Amino acid sequence: MENQLYLSSSPHIHSGETTDKVMRKVIYALLPACIASLYFFGLAALLVLLLCTIGCLAAEALSCKMQGRALTLVDGSAALTGILLALNLPASAPWWMALFGAAVAILIGKQVYGGLGHNPFNPALVARVVLLISFPVQMTSWTAPAPLSTTLDAVTSATPLGEMKTAVMLTGKLPALAHSGFLDYLSGNMAGSLGEVSALALILGGLYLLWKKVISWHIPVSFIGTVLVIGGVFWAISPEKYPNPLFHLLTGGLLLGAFFMATDMVTSPVTDKGMLIFGCGCGLLTVLIRLFGGYPEGVSFAILLMNAATPLIDRFCRPKIYGQLEAVKG
Amino acid sequence: MNLKTFKGGLHPPDGKHYSAHKAIELCPLPAELIIPLAQHIGAPAEACVEVGALVKKGTLIANAKGFVSVPIHASTSGEVIAVEPRLHPMGKALPAIVIKPDGADAWDESLVGADPATLDIEELKRRIQAAGVVGMGGATFPTHVKLSPPPEKQIDTLILNGVECEPYLTADHRMMLEDTERILDGVEILLKVLGIKRAVIGIEANKPDAIETMTRAAAPRNIEVQALKVKYPQGAEKQLIDAITGRQVPSGTLPMEVGVVVQNVGTCAAISDAIRLGRPLVERVVSITGPAINEPKNLLVRVGTPLQFLVDQCGGLNGEPAKIIMGGPMMGQTQLSLETPAIRGTSGLLIFRKQDLPRLESGPCIRCGRCIGVCPIHLQPTTIAGYARLDLFDEAADYHALDCIECGCCTYICPATLPLVQSIRYAKAAIMAKKRTL
Repeated sequence: MENQLYLSSSPHIHSGETTDKVMRKVIYALLPACIASLYFFGLAALLVLLLCTIGCLAAEALSCKMQGRALTLVDGSAALTGILLALNLPASAPWWMALFGAAVAILIGKQVYGGLGHNPFNPALVARVVLLISFPVQMTSWTAPAPLSTTLDAVTSATPLGEMKTAVMLTGKLPALAHSGFLDYLSGNMAGSLGEVSALALILGGLYLLWKKVISWHIPVSFIGTVLVIGGVFWAISPEKYPNPLFHLLTGGLLLGAFFMATDMVTSPVTDKGMLIFGCGCGLLTVLIRLFGGYPEGVSFAILLMNAATPLIDRFCRPKIYGQLEAVKG
Repeated sequence: MNLKTFKGGLHPPDGKHYSAHKAIELCPLPAELIIPLAQHIGAPAEACVEVGALVKKGTLIANAKGFVSVPIHASTSGEVIAVEPRLHPMGKALPAIVIKPDGADAWDESLVGADPATLDIEELKRRIQAAGVVGMGGATFPTHVKLSPPPEKQIDTLILNGVECEPYLTADHRMMLEDTERILDGVEILLKVLGIKRAVIGIEANKPDAIETMTRAAAPRNIEVQALKVKYPQGAEKQLIDAITGRQVPSGTLPMEVGVVVQNVGTCAAISDAIRLGRPLVERVVSITGPAINEPKNLLVRVGTPLQFLVDQCGGLNGEPAKIIMGGPMMGQTQLSLETPAIRGTSGLLIFRKQDLPRLESGPCIRCGRCIGVCPIHLQPTTIAGYARLDLFDEAADYHALDCIECGCCTYICPATLPLVQSIRYAKAAIMAKKRTL
């Protein structure tokens, strides 16, 4: 009997919550947004979703093989990166761009650093920004939503944030759309990337993550809160020139970023206090880039910049040890 | 109900349903009792009987060696048949006295009790040590040492630990229901020894019957009962003090630093027996439980009873055992065999089968921060474990590795299933070794 006994030091039980289950829950949380994108953009969205996901899985498998490591596809992180990347692309993104983005995300965004857990930047965002800078035309050709259509709608239009940026740059004034249409923005009836369009679907997924305790409230609340407060201050100063905070909230990638990208555990701080600082930083940078930067959309850049600050934030937010009453040095 | 608690911790599925409703039964006598000389933290006792000696239940068979040590007594009447190393719960062969019971189970007539009111404080403490009383929550720290704080430490509160936050264990729960008077008598003796008035019994809210029974019995004696939030490790000394008094025991010091002494409820009953009946600590309540036990029970077990005999009293095994744990699943110790004996610190015998134990592959840390959220000491377990794996012990010490209470919450919660607390233990041992050589 003895040789069949396991000997180990305590604890002898485990919560059962493993990395692949965590990843799977995030994927479930993204399903409403995926379904909304299929509804608004039809087959084109399906194609982007499939290409990005398959591309990421293939890049992950290839890189594991090249490094002689065990295949890590089952941990779900590569598939998650693929879905997140797709949600960050326009429905009109050409097939090669989706595949290229997937390769960048996995190979440059993740595997060069050592794979899951070691990457300093959110891989999907790295790919998105690389694509945005490399292929600005394709990345800013937005398809107008056409609910339940099966063919790609040729009509392109600017995103609300893009229209706002252009109008402010040309006339110094907000366009009319910045004052209305909130219901459309909420449901998703606007131009944008796959995952930007339906605020409702994103909120649903975000609430699921909070309910399942996959993420804590700290980053989404501080991120969105900061955008509303700082955006609100500018709006109060000059409502002619700066949009309503609700406009900030419902257009562009704020909700997708706040619930799904900034909360990426690998690239965000580990303590509650650190997460609050991280979220506030993301919010502040988002508003500054949206209002004063060259790009209409600031969420991706804001999160990437704060990703870079994560090690520093962690260093200064070491929790105070129980029974350690004097200040903890950084 | 006003439920107090501490920051951090978690609530694992507790498995208490196996034995919580089972009244304590007396375990019969096994063919032989293996009584180890090391049954407490501190120096092991020294045998004072030889092979062939006839002993009674409660006869002194090993003397305490030093202040942080207690004597050991025969747990039944019979003949000493061996004084030799036997397999100890620590996992190696250690000196033990083996007794072949005569079946009479007769108490040593020389043991006489006294009314605690007639004894002075020093005499009470002497009798507690002489009876071999140690902390029965599992740590087995000699009780008389805790009751002898240096004069400059002003003690004002006695906390009784009835939390039993370890999953599966129900021994303290049953004692609070069935031995209420003995426990409270022990509390009163402890209050006299400490020369204080305030005693608080902390009980987790998942034992409402124990809270009710204890509250009813404690009220006329002016002893408080405090219901606590159901959370592991609520029964850890420092976390319990924090929950009940709001005081934090400074890093690296003992509870007396904040004026508190903590004792387990089982220890209180042992103290009552030691003083009123003059009976040493030779038996204790053990929960024999887990999915591999046919009929889980709470047994009153003589120290030295082989674990196999306890299993036999509980309808035997239900399937092949894969892991034998002495204590609870969060902090208990795995056993090499069922031949090891139950000792004074054995609060439970928990047996799992292969299918009850998930075998999980460790992956890379995904920096989810859950280990930090659950750590009751607010440590950063992955950071310390990371340094430990690289043998960077100064850095691990800088992240307060020595403050870890080894509750295992971080390992339990880790989605990458990293052996975090195990790595921290390794770091602690290395840091301590380094300190000793300096």
